[in-house]
Amino acid sequence: MEELDGEPTVTLIPGVNSSKKQMCFDWGPGEMLVCETSFNKKEKSETVPGCPVIYIIRKDVDVYSQILRKLFNESHGIFVGLQRIEEELTGKSRKAQLVRVSKNYRSVIRACMEEMHQVAIAAKDPACSRQFSSQVSILSAMELIWNLCEILFIEVAPAGPLLLHLLDWVRLHVCEVDNLLADVLGSENPRKHESFWKLPGTTQTLTELELKWQHWHEECERHLQDGTFASSPHLESLCKIMLGDEAALLEQKELLNNWYHFLVTRLLYSHPTVKPIDLHFYAQSSLDLFLGGESSPEPLDNILMAAFEFDIHQVIKECSIALSNWWFVAHLTDLLDHCKLLQSHNLYFGSNMREFLLLEYASGLFAHHSLWQLGVDYFDYCPELGRVSLELHIERIPLSTEQKALKVLRICEQRQMTEQVRSICKILAMKAVRNNRLGSALSWSIRAKDAAFATLVSDRFLRDYCERGCFSDLDLIDNLGPAMMLSDRLTFLGKYREFHRLYGEKRFVDAASLLLSLMTSQIAPRSFWMTLLTDALPLLEQKQVIFSAEQTYELMRCLEDLTSGRPVHGEPDAQRLQDDDIETTKVEMLRLALARNLARAIIKEGSLEGS
Amino acid sequence: MEEIYAKFVSQKISKTRWRPVPAGSLQTADTFATGSWDNEENRVSLWSIGDFGNLDSDGGFEGDHQLLCDIKHHGDVMDLQFFDQERIVAASSTGSVTLFLHHPNNQTLSVGQQWTAAHYHTSPGSLSCRSAPCTGVVCSNPEIVTVGEDGRINLFRADHKEAVRTIDNADSSTLHAVTFLRTPEILTVNSIGQLKIWDFRQQGNEPSQILSLTGDRVPLHCVDRHPNQQHVVATGGQDGMLSIWDVRQGTMPVSLLKAHEAEMWEVHFHPSNPDHLFTCSEDGSLWHWDASTDAPEKSSLFHEGRSSIFLFHSISNQANVHQSVISSWLSTDPAKDRIEITSLLPNRTLSVNSLDVLGPCLVCGTDAEAIYVTRQLFS
Repeated sequence: MEELDGEPTVTLIPGVNSSKKQMCFDWGPGEMLVCETSFNKKEKSETVPGCPVIYIIRKDVDVYSQILRKLFNESHGIFVGLQRIEEELTGKSRKAQLVRVSKNYRSVIRACMEEMHQVAIAAKDPACSRQFSSQVSILSAMELIWNLCEILFIEVAPAGPLLLHLLDWVRLHVCEVDNLLADVLGSENPRKHESFWKLPGTTQTLTELELKWQHWHEECERHLQDGTFASSPHLESLCKIMLGDEAALLEQKELLNNWYHFLVTRLLYSHPTVKPIDLHFYAQSSLDLFLGGESSPEPLDNILMAAFEFDIHQVIKECSIALSNWWFVAHLTDLLDHCKLLQSHNLYFGSNMREFLLLEYASGLFAHHSLWQLGVDYFDYCPELGRVSLELHIERIPLSTEQKALKVLRICEQRQMTEQVRSICKILAMKAVRNNRLGSALSWSIRAKDAAFATLVSDRFLRDYCERGCFSDLDLIDNLGPAMMLSDRLTFLGKYREFHRLYGEKRFVDAASLLLSLMTSQIAPRSFWMTLLTDALPLLEQKQVIFSAEQTYELMRCLEDLTSGRPVHGEPDAQRLQDDDIETTKVEMLRLALARNLARAIIKEGSLEGS
Repeated sequence: MEEIYAKFVSQKISKTRWRPVPAGSLQTADTFATGSWDNEENRVSLWSIGDFGNLDSDGGFEGDHQLLCDIKHHGDVMDLQFFDQERIVAASSTGSVTLFLHHPNNQTLSVGQQWTAAHYHTSPGSLSCRSAPCTGVVCSNPEIVTVGEDGRINLFRADHKEAVRTIDNADSSTLHAVTFLRTPEILTVNSIGQLKIWDFRQQGNEPSQILSLTGDRVPLHCVDRHPNQQHVVATGGQDGMLSIWDVRQGTMPVSLLKAHEAEMWEVHFHPSNPDHLFTCSEDGSLWHWDASTDAPEKSSLFHEGRSSIFLFHSISNQANVHQSVISSWLSTDPAKDRIEITSLLPNRTLSVNSLDVLGPCLVCGTDAEAIYVTRQLFS
């Protein structure tokens, strides 16, 4: 582990007197909660904390930037697209496709930069303007690094075209310069040289180019020696530069903003056919010469140097330290991984670097109230720990509306996360029951195929019926459809309602057989049998015989089952005695009605037809 | 191929609606409103799709849509409707309904009127009320009808502080969407797969008609009525199924079309070309359903030269239907390839939450924080 290279930054919590009071804290997924406690450092504790507020401290403020949000969303689209075409990427077109993806990422960064630049200019508050401007330079640095990585690692330009790419790279990042000398160093030369070199993919080999260049170089030298430019110190200086004379170049230091500009210009004039592996020699010496011992390299310089040394891991490590947000390293590493450049160098907690960075980035997204939806796709493409991470995160998303809950459920269902579906549906169903929305509760239990909850809802309905004597929400019970099969209790509810309907339509025979089947098929809960038998009373008392003898025997058996099963209570309680009284009266009435019905049924069945 | 322009707007878009053009005018749509959701601070915004004076070099119009003005909205924007040219009604997840005013002279939006506790839950035995999200709103000047997760239907009138009529416990489940059938009749869809028709002329709290899906009671999320034939209604369900209903006949849908792979959030008939239907879904796609008869290969379905008549058969018994007033949507034989389906978005994206069509223009908004606009829908 490396040592910390600086003092950690101190953040003051407003409103809390940290010299007097103690604070407590707790870590969250992406942020920290801090508040003041009652404990006093020196004197005895007071009962009321001075500052009654809980603070949330975030390190990653970038996710909350309006403009950077576009970066996150657009790059999410590119990331997902890249993962999806992975299987189709083969052979020669693979490299071209990967370069195109890299260019897409870069254009998104540039678009953000442009927009932020516009906002920085238009900002009225200078502090805001400065903040935006610094954001612009961070984005610019990110694009610079990405571009270089694209040239060296993805495009893998060979000697020859390598320099052209580096020229483009520098040109993209150098400010406008305006005099002749600067033109030589800046924009004109690449054009001249492009036509000199011609574009890659021609029939000229590297040696042919080398020869041509040597020839031109010797001619320049001859001109210098002959003193052709002796009359004009400017032109002489120009010639020296074209010969790659470092001292002459360094004289123009103000026009060269930075050492990599110096490097590329130097290479252009002295080693245009530089090979990729030799780059780092020139890079190191250019850096040293340019800085001249006056200043030390900045983080950006170290990153670029690591890139020239083809040390990808170092590049990623330095970027992770320098940048406050995982966006850059996560996406770059993923792209380089697709280029098969990262060895599967396992970190000690089990996943590789690409996955580690993607997990960190996605976890950061989940801490955001809105960007969590993007995080889902990132977890999907982390083969080892992605799924478990998603399972843990997705259950903790606050569900303020049903529509949001539906989206979360859809994500879970698409990934066969049945446990999460069940738990979310149960939470929503409980909320619905508490709000007396029994239809919604049922709808959630159907979605989760949660038979236990469906039983709970049905019991609620039945209880309501017993208390009020009528059903609430008939629109629901009458239209259960196949959902009725989800739980026995629900089926019972549906059938019981059907019984009432049949009775209402005066279809007594059907109603009667339905009632009986409810008891004999054991579908009715024991506690409800008394109610069912009581419902049978009016049918037994009808003028015509509705229950056949067989059915009456069945009913009698049910009644006996019910009464014999009742335990004998020891204590004589006034209420209980009264209840028992009612119960016994009911039972007696039933027994009487059943007996009478049995008698009539036997007679009816025993008589000859028509007589 | 239509050109469709995308713009990332740093907020997840829940609703997009075109501003209606004045009746009889030849103008095409040029302004739309959007509502955001899931932000700590949500906004209702108005956008313009640019002057028609700015033609670029190919003679095409400038693509980008520009923000005109916006205003803070408390809670997620669950639904949005233009009340008239200058007023927009927004339904919130906090249970309130707000009427916003647009001031074109200084390009600002302000709150005109607000009904704060339009939707709420009461638990049995307790006096406290918890707010419930308002899920749908529909306007027909001067009336506004709202529905919510509390199963309540409210009828408001602009400039009246209290609701003109409230039907409590209209539904035991969540009401997802509402539309006018004929004023004064409305149609609601709920989360147990039922369509209910309510007549405000009647005093009771019961629907005048209930229709439901066959088979599983899949929740219905959106509903739209055919612009010319008021008995034809389309609904979209949680399983992505598109159902076409004839509310005069029977209690079951006339046709069921397997459409998307996930919840269908919105369905719209094109207001002036009703043979075209548009749906958008959680699966990230937006489909254009074309049931028109222009293509030559459909000539075999013409009947005695009258191109507006189609042979059809339906699920329920429809002996008395007049053959002359048949909508192409009531035919239930999609296997004959009469309906052409095109996906309008170039790449698969996160959920497309909302869409709206007016004339040749279409706008839609996604969870990937992008708004897509096309001005050449039928080219």
